[in-house]
Amino acid sequence: MSKLFSEENKAAFSNPLNLDNPVTVQVLGICSALAVTSQLEPAIVMGLSVTVITAFSNVIISLLRKTIPNRIRIIVQLVVVAALVTIVSQMLKAFAYDVSVQLSVYVGLIITNCILMGRLEAFAMQNAPWPSFLDGIGNGLGYAIILVIVGFVRELFGFGTLFGINIIPQSWYVSNGGWYMDNGMMVMPAMSLIIVGCVIWAHRSINKEAK
Amino acid sequence: MKALRKLFDNIKPLVEEGGKFHAFRSFVDGFETFAFVPNQTSRQGCVNIHDAIDSKRIMSFVVISLLPALFFGMYNVGYQNYAAAGTLADSTFWDLFIFGFLAVLPKILVSYIVGLGIEFVVAQWKNEEIQEGFLVSGILIPMIIPVNTPLWALALAVAFSVIIAKEIFGGTGMNIFNPALITRAFLFFSYPSVMTGDDNVWVAQESIFGFGNNLPDTFSAATPLGEASVGNAIPCETICNAITGLIPGSIGETSVIAIALGALLLLFTGVASWKTMLSVFVGGGLMGWLLEGVGGNQLEWWHHFVLGGFAFGAVFMATDPVTSARTECGKYFYGFLIGVVAVMVRVLNPGYPEGMMLAILLMNLFAPLIDYFVVQRNITMRAKRAIKK
Repeated sequence: MSKLFSEENKAAFSNPLNLDNPVTVQVLGICSALAVTSQLEPAIVMGLSVTVITAFSNVIISLLRKTIPNRIRIIVQLVVVAALVTIVSQMLKAFAYDVSVQLSVYVGLIITNCILMGRLEAFAMQNAPWPSFLDGIGNGLGYAIILVIVGFVRELFGFGTLFGINIIPQSWYVSNGGWYMDNGMMVMPAMSLIIVGCVIWAHRSINKEAK
Repeated sequence: MKALRKLFDNIKPLVEEGGKFHAFRSFVDGFETFAFVPNQTSRQGCVNIHDAIDSKRIMSFVVISLLPALFFGMYNVGYQNYAAAGTLADSTFWDLFIFGFLAVLPKILVSYIVGLGIEFVVAQWKNEEIQEGFLVSGILIPMIIPVNTPLWALALAVAFSVIIAKEIFGGTGMNIFNPALITRAFLFFSYPSVMTGDDNVWVAQESIFGFGNNLPDTFSAATPLGEASVGNAIPCETICNAITGLIPGSIGETSVIAIALGALLLLFTGVASWKTMLSVFVGGGLMGWLLEGVGGNQLEWWHHFVLGGFAFGAVFMATDPVTSARTECGKYFYGFLIGVVAVMVRVLNPGYPEGMMLAILLMNLFAPLIDYFVVQRNITMRAKRAIKK
């Protein structure tokens, strides 16, 4: 048991959450961070989907790693990821149809998510299944955290809601005689790039000492 | 600058002890100090610092050259309000001006307080001197927004542009985009309902301290460009009004005459580049001429110069020395493309009646590339010449 949670394994899980975050440090997976974060709910679902897919594809590739011929390893990785993405996509359609409509093609596009290929190439091909699993969970969650932060800011200021529930009082709005207006730019992908930039800025100034 | 120096040298004897206009001595002296301090140049004949112009002096001149447009903008705010209420005949010049002044002043204050506040905090934090860059941006910002922009939105936009467009690039002189235009772009995309269209945007609605008139909620007025974008013809009279500036529009941009006064001062002192300014008009005119009559476009080529923010952008925004192309040859391309893109957006994109802001921001992005090509071409040319020998 102590071996399962050795220092190395813990690091494989916790590093990607903070010091080696896939979005803010490695700047991977930015495209989907821009595309699906205009509201909080799809952002969370997207983050969880990527976490599940990264974790299990890491495990599968790690199990196969000694049998995969080096020259066709990318194709093998893609097949595994594609199979998992299809499963997740079908699950979403069955159990969370509204969200899967909102996410539209971006669930399918998880196949091309740089974080996945990066983890498979950089970690799962060299490590045993259990550390690979932890690494996948860690990276997926590290990605999900950023998506949730961006989604929180964008939905709160872009629509005045969180999870579709009104947060900003209705009486503040101009249409009801108040002074407030929702910020239209928050709904646009351009703004999420700026928010990701701000998150990176904050993250770096907090971690200045650690590096 | 040299011409101005000469002017002062000529005036000086007149105002000295015993001169004709001795009473104006302190006035001339004050203005000279304002324009020419610091004035340390190297001695004639050795190394070459002929004019100690620094960024503070440049900015002072830009602010002075903006004043005609600003004062006219205030008058026009009053004029539009009284004209809409139908009480123009019963009101004096000062009624109109004071109402406009009261309507515009809060925007200037908000812009300066928020912008300079952030600059002070950053300077304190970084242990640097205060940079004077916001002096010009702070006065430009209220001039390029509609009079009904809510103050809280303005404050937010100023904070956004000072932090995101300026400070994170390293402050004054390091920014890629014009901060004043970023402020406008932020407002334009974030709160489109108060920045564009004809719903109570362009004419001040409420009386202030007894000046002005309360207009009914249903009142609406479109800018001539807004009318043109939906395919309406522009009457000749409107064009005349657009030249003097008595049309609805952003506060400082309406009057071509007031902007021309500012442009003359900028060119006379050499603060702004005539190359950029001229080529913006050439580009805009050429594109306007090509697109005459395309897609129901009712504007003649020169109408583009007098309507909307074209003249204002060409004179005060495109010539910003920090964000424009820096090579002399590159300035022609930079200005020309601004004119072309601005008119293209106006005519070909039905969603945006005005394209000057987008054109200048786009070309700000391309200015370093233009400079790169100009420098490379020069290097290649000289290399060829060297090899020939």
